[in-house]
Amino acid sequence: MAEPSKRPSPIVQLTLMRLREIGREPGVLFWAFGFPVLLSIALGIAFRVRGPEPTVVGALPGISDDLKQILVEGKIQVKPLDAASAEAELRAGRVNLLLVPPQAPAQPITYRFDPSRVEARQARARVNEILQRAAGQTEPRLVRDEEVHEPGSRYIDFLIPGLLAMNLMSGSMWGVAWVIVHMRVRKLLKRLLAAPMRRRDLMFSIGLARLVLIPMEVAFIVLFARLFFSVQVAGSYLALLTMAFAGSASFAAIAILVASRAQNTETVSGLMNLVMLPMFIASGVFFSASNFPDSIQPVIRLLPLTAMCDGMRAVMIDGAGFGGILWPLAILALWGVPAFLLGLRYFRWN
Amino acid sequence: MPLGRYRKAALNQQVEPAVVCRGLRKVYDGKHGLFRKPSPSVVAVDGLDLVIQRGECFGLLGPNGSGKTTTVEMLEGLLAPTAGEIQLLGLQWGTAEQALRERVGVALQETHLPEKLMVEELLTLFRSFYRAPRPMADLLADVELEEKRRAWVGKLSGGQRQRLAIACALVGEPEVLFLDEPTTGLDPQSRRQVWGLVAGYRARGGTVVLTTHYMEEAERLCDRVAIVDHGKLVRVGSPSELIAALPGDHVIELELEKNTKNNASVLTTDELGLVTFVKEAHLSAEGLWSLAVREPEHAVAAVLALLERKGCTLGRLGTRKASLEDVFVALTGRHLRDG
Repeated sequence: MAEPSKRPSPIVQLTLMRLREIGREPGVLFWAFGFPVLLSIALGIAFRVRGPEPTVVGALPGISDDLKQILVEGKIQVKPLDAASAEAELRAGRVNLLLVPPQAPAQPITYRFDPSRVEARQARARVNEILQRAAGQTEPRLVRDEEVHEPGSRYIDFLIPGLLAMNLMSGSMWGVAWVIVHMRVRKLLKRLLAAPMRRRDLMFSIGLARLVLIPMEVAFIVLFARLFFSVQVAGSYLALLTMAFAGSASFAAIAILVASRAQNTETVSGLMNLVMLPMFIASGVFFSASNFPDSIQPVIRLLPLTAMCDGMRAVMIDGAGFGGILWPLAILALWGVPAFLLGLRYFRWN
Repeated sequence: MPLGRYRKAALNQQVEPAVVCRGLRKVYDGKHGLFRKPSPSVVAVDGLDLVIQRGECFGLLGPNGSGKTTTVEMLEGLLAPTAGEIQLLGLQWGTAEQALRERVGVALQETHLPEKLMVEELLTLFRSFYRAPRPMADLLADVELEEKRRAWVGKLSGGQRQRLAIACALVGEPEVLFLDEPTTGLDPQSRRQVWGLVAGYRARGGTVVLTTHYMEEAERLCDRVAIVDHGKLVRVGSPSELIAALPGDHVIELELEKNTKNNASVLTTDELGLVTFVKEAHLSAEGLWSLAVREPEHAVAAVLALLERKGCTLGRLGTRKASLEDVFVALTGRHLRDG
């Protein structure tokens, strides 16, 4: 009895469907690969190592040309102003400080500035230092400056692991939650269920498609960061991939919960933003999460994206091994396992 | 194809109908929420009893919103009935879902199949679900998509896409094929292709359950139709039986000249009813009379004589054979296309 033809594997075919849909959709490729690269280029350039902001000082009539010359030699920009426009320039921040000439020859020069502005306080310090030195002040204690531009301690080194974590999070959310709801809206979910397809095969294939994409996404960003910004991975690539898989799995589980009941793509987009936006802000992707008040630190520390950023940074910057990422992995599991069970429990197949 | 299954199917055929449902009912609960107006519960299907024999092509005929789709989706095991009992091939969804899925083919009313997949890839996907899938070449030949095997689903025409959807339903060589409005929105040629496809499947011994609101489709394809309205079964029978049960087997449609249209009441239902061979008369809101008649050639002469007597000027007159549409109008007082 000859079998009419060989039966393909459902898991392979379902996974191929996902991968083909992704690979043949240029938009999806852009969001997975192009967007994080553009974001890191933009942020990398914005926070590139550069000299201090130029200090601009307004000089009211009566400030001597000698004094102005001294400041200009000290790399201070001096802007001659009349009394009428001076106050407006100061308020607008176009000058950091106003130099007001002495009322009488014996009186002091006045620095007029707003002490609540950081750059104004800096301007006062620099102007004062230059003027005092020109007047003969010396520094009794010898000091030496050492500027840090080493790879590993720059802003871009801090940014790339965070960006990687954020990108894997949104990849999981879109690649699972949105995909499921989109299938539900198109009635494809219903159609597949009308065939003798096993539900777990479908779930498994969605995860498998992510599994194939994650190493590609990680490799792409890590390689890009290395070539463009010389960002190094201090720790092991295996630990980095483990973090990537664990984080993605945790967010995929959250995505299943988010998608479990949603009947249309608008609802699921809203829910995804509800989940992701607070973490974009609070979890320290772009700036250290420790900037937030101490009172909410325990909450921030427990967020899954915080755990993922911390784990990624521990591996990439501090060179941590598996021992150093146990805590982040535990937090990710703490979110992922219950989310997955609840998601399956309430999943709306029809 | 394992021989055993056929033999078993042949045995079952003696005893078990393809589909049996009793007291089938579906109520959609009203929604209550803080921010939305509470909506009342809707009874979509209201106590349906059906027996569909093997090898039969059975049609559910009714206007939109009559509960056809809800009914087939319950039969397909995709929607849980509120009450009632369903048996498919002697089995029940609750206890034998996986076995039934192998033996039943489903084409939903509208499925947006993955647009970026090739025809062949999509069929391979569906073939992967079945224990004994039909060979790819047979499937492609059945639905006449051999030349499109490497085309993306998104690039297919409406008719090709619908044939592909049916091919997906035919992958497991099902014993029962459910088609929910298989030709809605298709052009006449694509519609005929789908009809040919259904005929080919039936020739292989399959049972077809389809819904439609095209009477021509029902008359062409179905051995028996169930006329449903407001979730209830109105009448079941073969199209010819149902038509034969009408008072007249032909319909005369006539319209009076425009200037007399406004007082169309110069003719009355009673007057027309008295004309020989005219069994029933209806006046539509647009001023069109339709008369159910027997022996149309004599009836036309009699009607024209009446018009002459009354001094009415005839605008338009035509005769046609009575159709399932007329059956539907006679049974429900509404047209199939009405919402």
